[in-house]
Order: sequence, then C-alpha cells, then structure tokens
Amino acid sequence: MLQKNLPAVKQVIDERLRLRTPEGAQLTLVPAGIMARLVAFAIDMAIRIAIYIGAAIILGLMESISGGLMLILIFLLEWFYPVVFELFMNGQTPGKRTMGIAVVHSDGSPVTANGSIVRNLLRTADMFPVFYLAGFLSMLISRRFQRLGDLAADTLVIHLEQGSRPAAVVNVPEQAPDWPVDVQDQQTLVSFLERGQALTPERRQELARIVFPEMTDQEAERHALGVARHLLGDA
Amino acid sequence: MKQRQFEALNAQQWTGMESLLEQLEAVRQQAVPDHPAVRDFPKRYRRICHQHALAIERGYSLALVERLNNMILRGRRQLYRFKLPVAAPLRELFLVGFPRAVREQGAWNLASAAVFVFSLALVWALVMWQPEMVYALLDEQSVSMMEEMYDPASSLAEDRTGSDDVTMFGYYIYNNIGIAFRTFAGGLFFGVGALFIMFFNGGYFGAVAAHLINVEHHEPFFTFVVAHGAPELTAIVLAGGCGLRLGWSLIAPGPHTRLTALKRAASQAMPVMYGVFFLLLAAAFIEAFWSPRDLPAAIKYSVGGALWLMVLSYLLLGGRRAGAARAD
Repeated sequence: MLQKNLPAVKQVIDERLRLRTPEGAQLTLVPAGIMARLVAFAIDMAIRIAIYIGAAIILGLMESISGGLMLILIFLLEWFYPVVFELFMNGQTPGKRTMGIAVVHSDGSPVTANGSIVRNLLRTADMFPVFYLAGFLSMLISRRFQRLGDLAADTLVIHLEQGSRPAAVVNVPEQAPDWPVDVQDQQTLVSFLERGQALTPERRQELARIVFPEMTDQEAERHALGVARHLLGDA
Repeated sequence: MKQRQFEALNAQQWTGMESLLEQLEAVRQQAVPDHPAVRDFPKRYRRICHQHALAIERGYSLALVERLNNMILRGRRQLYRFKLPVAAPLRELFLVGFPRAVREQGAWNLASAAVFVFSLALVWALVMWQPEMVYALLDEQSVSMMEEMYDPASSLAEDRTGSDDVTMFGYYIYNNIGIAFRTFAGGLFFGVGALFIMFFNGGYFGAVAAHLINVEHHEPFFTFVVAHGAPELTAIVLAGGCGLRLGWSLIAPGPHTRLTALKRAASQAMPVMYGVFFLLLAAAFIEAFWSPRDLPAAIKYSVGGALWLMVLSYLLLGGRRAGAARAD
C-alpha cells in the first residue's frame, strides 16, 4: 500500500520555544502569557499590602521611629520583594508559585542574581507612563512575552508544568497498520489517541477519515485508534 | 522498541527522578543535603536527556515527551541553581569591581555629570540674576519651607530628636535610592528618562542653593549638604551614567543587535548600580545622623571636604593594583 501523507504534528504554530541545552536535550519552554503574570502580580501585591497593614499595626506601637522604619520597609518591599523570592525560591514569588510560572533565563537556566536585579530595577521603565503600559506593549510585541526588564536581563517567565494530560483509555481492539509507518505518522496517530477525547466525536471521525478515506466514519475512527494502540504497544 | 515497553523499562527511574526533584525543590536553603541520590543527580539528569531524545526520535507520544521535557526543565533548574553569593563577591565588588566598572563607563559618567552641572549652573545663574525666578521653578510653599529649614536664626538641631533622625533616614533611603533606580530604568527610553532626571535634579538643587544665597541662608544650607553630598551626588551622577549607557546601547548598538547591546550594557552596568546602592545607603546615614548636627562651619566643611576626597579618590584609584595582580 502507498505511504500515507499524514499532517505532521511538528509544524504547529504556537508560542513554544525550542532550545538546545548543553546536554544535547531539545527543551521546550512555554512562555507565560499576560493574564497568568497579571494574576501572579495581583497576588504578590495583595501579600505586600497585607505586610504593610501588619507592619503599620506593629509599628504603631512604637510611634517615635515608626515613620522611618515604615519607609525603609516600603523601599525594601517595592524594590526587592521579587528579587529575594526569585533567587531563593526557584524563580518564583508566591504569586508566581500559585500560578505555576517561574522566571528563568532565556536558555532555561535558573535566574541569576544579576538577572533578577536587572529585571526588577527596570520595572519602573515597564510601569511608564501608567499601569505597566510600556511593559504591556513590550510583552505584546515580543515573541516571548518579555517586558522591557526581561529583555535587558535576558529572562523570561515560563509555565513550569506544560499541562500534559493522562492518556485516555480507549476500548478498541489493537490493529496492525497496513502501510510502512514512519515516525511522523506514528506521532500523529498517537497524538490522535491521546488528545482525541478532548474533541467532539464528529471532529474525531473527520480527522480519522483523513487517514482512512475509504472507510465509514465510525470504522475509520476505530481503525485509527486501533493502529495507534498497536504503535504504542498496548497489550 | 514500542512506547509501552520503553515506559515499563524506565518507569521506576522516572518516578525516582520526579520524587528526587520534589525533594530538591523543597530545599530552600543553599545547602543541598549530601546524599547518594543527590550525588547521582547529574548522571540521572543526563540519562533523562538521553531518553528524551530517544522518545522524540522514535515518535513516542507527546505526553511522554512532555513528561521527560518537564523533568529536564526541573532538573536543569536544580543543577544550575543559584548559589548564595557570600562575602567574597561583595569584597571583590568593593575593592575592585565597583571602582573599575565606574572608570570603565567614565564617558557616560562625565556626560551625566555634565548634564547635572549644566542645569545646576543655568538655574543657579538665573535665580541669582532674577531672584523672583525661583517661584517659577518651585512653588511658594516649598520655597518658604526651605527658607524656614535653613534659617540661621533657628537652629536645626534644637528641636530635632533622635526619632526624627530615624524618620529622615528612612525617608532618604526610600526617596534617594528610589530616584537612583528610576534614573537607571529611565535610561531604557533611549536615555531620555535618565537625562530628564539628571536635568531636573540639577535644576532643583541650583534653584534652592541660589535662592538661599539670595535670602542669606546659605551657611546652614551648605554646611548641611556638604558632607552627604559627596556620596549622594556622586551616586546620582553614576546612576545617570548607567542610564545613559543603557540608552546609548539602543541608539548605537555597534556591531551587535540592539537587544544584545542592551543586555550587555545592562549586565556591565550592574556593578556600578550595586555601588550606587551602597553609596546612597552611606549618604542617607550621613544625611540623617551627621548633617543635622549643629557644629562650627569649619568642622562641617572639613569633614565634607574629606568625604569628597575619599569618594573621588576611591572611584579614581580603587582596584588598580588588584587589577594588575589579577592580570598576572
């Protein structure tokens, strides 16, 4: 039988970054978008406000020097709160931890002291003129969702977990392919098996008909899933 | 080999790696426990890299590739994790790194100082020549506040208490170091932000100084500012220099792309910014606890002069010998 020219899964248009590590691994990074970072920022902001309120209550007790200590506290928190967490908690402030995102250098290595300090000192430039407008524009333009501070520090914010779904359990009999399967075919079919459950049955059948145009909808789907299970080596 | 066989063969390794990663990620201190599993970590990490490559090559499922990818990413973050810079890098910074970095960007510091001095001299001359011009630059309230603050008839130290000193210390840290950081960041907009802040601060200082001379309150003022001015003005000029350097890297990136030039400029300017931070910390301390003391003008001027001499000679001469020793 002829080769089947299945659409390749590799050539997808998405925001993922592919890079090579010194160990020769082809690493995929998923940069975090504006929403995830915004929520993380809001959480960190809430934490800082809570600290300010707590400090105001405690410092209120020792009135004479409270003003000075409060200003020092504001200075430290506004400039160094992210730096301390990024360095000592694997690139994550509490907000970023909640959102499952982290700061790394653009080669995927953990953020260094210099990198973290640069990106946080330049935060003021991102805030310019109001509400992080400059940073927002920079993130929209940049392919890797970097704000200005990230560009200068060579850092980016990535999702740590890349949302891998557990393989779906499908009850179809295993089926040997009747054509020489190449790697691309295999990946396509296996992805079909793994991710098909997220699609509607109609869409699944439509996709399966690309592989087996000679069959009916239901047959094609069962066939495609069966071949995929065979390729995986499901018992 | 089929994927399920591959998975069955390595399942134990992967769960082991994942639980080890979890343990390592939970360790927040820099001391990672010395455990056989930890010593083995680089080897296990490399094995995962190898299996990841195999999984891609053999067309295994995306879920598996992603799982291995996640392990590599997390492993990498542990393998290259940040080590707390202890005393040694700081010592190096003060003895060698900071003064050298300052001299290395000397042209930018001079440019920044020139803008500051130019605007200072301009406004100073303007206010000396036309005394009422000060009200065009500062609002009436702050002018009368300045006059009151530096009134020779009333002593600054008289009704000032220790807690005022602490309050002002906090204020100087919050305000002055914030200004320095913003000056640096402002450089990112092609240097305009840094230029603006240098120009504005020079003008402000010029206006205040000239006005206080006009109303003959200059002695309390100059004895107040002379000492902490040494680290403070120097630091602001240096921060301006760093900002201009950032801006220039975007305007004329030379043989690099703009982005690369910016990254290089930022990382090379960092030792200067660290130094600026400590200079301003010292300035805030002097300004809060020494400057308001009521002492004879001669003492204040000589202490101030000594401080200027110290700061400038430190920046001009510091780290030269150590540099020579390191080059050997």
